[in-house]
Amino acid sequence: MKSMKRRTNTRPPVVAILSAVVLAAVGVCAVGRELVAPHALDQDVYLGVVGAGIEGHLFGTDQLGRDILQLSLAGARSALAGPIVVALGSMVIGFLLGTFAGYRGGIVDMLVGRYADLLLALPSVLLAIVVAGLVGRGYWITVAVLIVLFSPSDVRLVRGAVMEQTPRPYIESARLLGIRPMRIMFRHIAPNIVPIVVANLLLNVAFALVALSSLSYLGLGVPPGAPDWGRQLADGRALLGDNPLAAVVPGVLIILTATVVNLLGDWLSETLDRKVTAR
Amino acid sequence: MSRAVLAFALRRAAATLALLFALSLLVFALLYLAPGDVARNLLGTRNVTPEALARIRELYHLDEPFLAQYWWWLSHAVTGDFGTSIRTGGQVGPLLLDRTGVTAATAGLAFLLSVLAGVPAGIATAVRRGRPLDRAIVAASVAGVGAPGFAVGLILLYVFALGLGWFPVYGTGEGFLDALWHLVLPAVALAFGLGAFVVKLTRAAVIRELDQDYVTFARGRGLSERRVLRLVLRNAAIPIVTSLGLMVAYLFGGTVLIEVTFALPGLGSLVEESVLFKDIPVVQALTLVVALVVSVTALAVDLSYLAIDPRVRTRAVRR
Repeated sequence: MKSMKRRTNTRPPVVAILSAVVLAAVGVCAVGRELVAPHALDQDVYLGVVGAGIEGHLFGTDQLGRDILQLSLAGARSALAGPIVVALGSMVIGFLLGTFAGYRGGIVDMLVGRYADLLLALPSVLLAIVVAGLVGRGYWITVAVLIVLFSPSDVRLVRGAVMEQTPRPYIESARLLGIRPMRIMFRHIAPNIVPIVVANLLLNVAFALVALSSLSYLGLGVPPGAPDWGRQLADGRALLGDNPLAAVVPGVLIILTATVVNLLGDWLSETLDRKVTAR
Repeated sequence: MSRAVLAFALRRAAATLALLFALSLLVFALLYLAPGDVARNLLGTRNVTPEALARIRELYHLDEPFLAQYWWWLSHAVTGDFGTSIRTGGQVGPLLLDRTGVTAATAGLAFLLSVLAGVPAGIATAVRRGRPLDRAIVAASVAGVGAPGFAVGLILLYVFALGLGWFPVYGTGEGFLDALWHLVLPAVALAFGLGAFVVKLTRAAVIRELDQDYVTFARGRGLSERRVLRLVLRNAAIPIVTSLGLMVAYLFGGTVLIEVTFALPGLGSLVEESVLFKDIPVVQALTLVVALVVSVTALAVDLSYLAIDPRVRTRAVRR
């Protein structure tokens, strides 16, 4: 029945491949920032703000006379580095707490559950703005705040997956064999929930990208003057009349990057899901 | 039966109250989050004299133990007295009330737009699963969910306000119609991500119902597609309606960025201003109010679930 509906099974995943190519391009800019955009921070002070098409500045410049194209390419680094760390960090917390809560149950489960409830009762973007704004305004401090705020949903995800595995025969037999709980949790159960966690990792990267650039947009993430898409949007807001591309280019880049990461995440979770059910 | 339902409702309400209590402790602790001396932070940029510091310490009971301070703050907060804003020097309560209208109007409009566009689109894609229209809308909704509202907002501003001149650029306008006109672009920007979320949600709910045995059976009996769809929609409505409660939290997060982008004097821009200024009493009040609204909405949704679906009623009570 199920297999009849899947006519698309053999078709190559065009969308996923395209997304991977776009993401790879952003990744190259992030890693090789100094090579790709060597003049990102150079200021053409005599020029002022210029619109698109001036010789040497394809997309014009911002209020400091910096080239929009180079600045936008250089912004790829803070658009990827922080979100990847946020996703990995909250995955580790989610994996550890979620596994313990799901396997052990009882008081551990209750405490972890209440911690998740508490953080989920507030909109995470709002909480991130408040905490990052009051604690300090560094990029990595903001990243740390986001790890704490993202982890509850990861904890819930892993907890649910572990609770689904625990009553299965292979775990019961492992218990009967007298294998230590730690070994059961991280050697027997963990490999079976890895697919779920990996697919979720990508979705978290996309979400963290949006959250981090939102914070830099409000002036809370990266320091002033740093190449960052959110920061560029904030600066570009005042330049909409002089050089609209100063806001439109980084805006399109944020949307594009978040979308391709989401598409890859969706594709991955569907593929892994299919593999698991096919087993 | 009804007594058991009542007991469940009361239990759920008590849990919400406990959650709010814990949250209020967290919100009060925000005072200690900012580095440096609390009393100095509360004084802000005003002249710091020893007398002023002593007065602030007395006013905020800062020399008392933490829990006593907390109790003192909470007992005032529940009566709507959140203290004095550092930035404006005025009472926090009236300041909040003053800003609520714009936010409520923008968020309400965005909510309406996203439901009116998202639910039909979600149903349309679900019944055409796998066909071009479905794929196009699903792809668009992935982009919508991933697109931050402020980026969408700036692009809308550029195209429709500056480029085409159809809408005003900034501000709130005067009179009802003009004010509404000013809110269209912010609401659309806010509804973009929300609408995409509604599409995904509706599509998943309708597809889940379409895969049920009763649909196969109804079709086998020769019921018209129209009547089958009516059955499906009634069942799919429940998860859709209850998930709308989640959107309230989403709206509160998004509205900060949208209001800053469009320079609207609402609660969201108040969050931004107060955080940047470290106006802690205002930040505390705002966070507490948002927590209250979000948890009460979640409670209301849970209870309405109970009222809509008799199956949930028996399941919830038996737990």
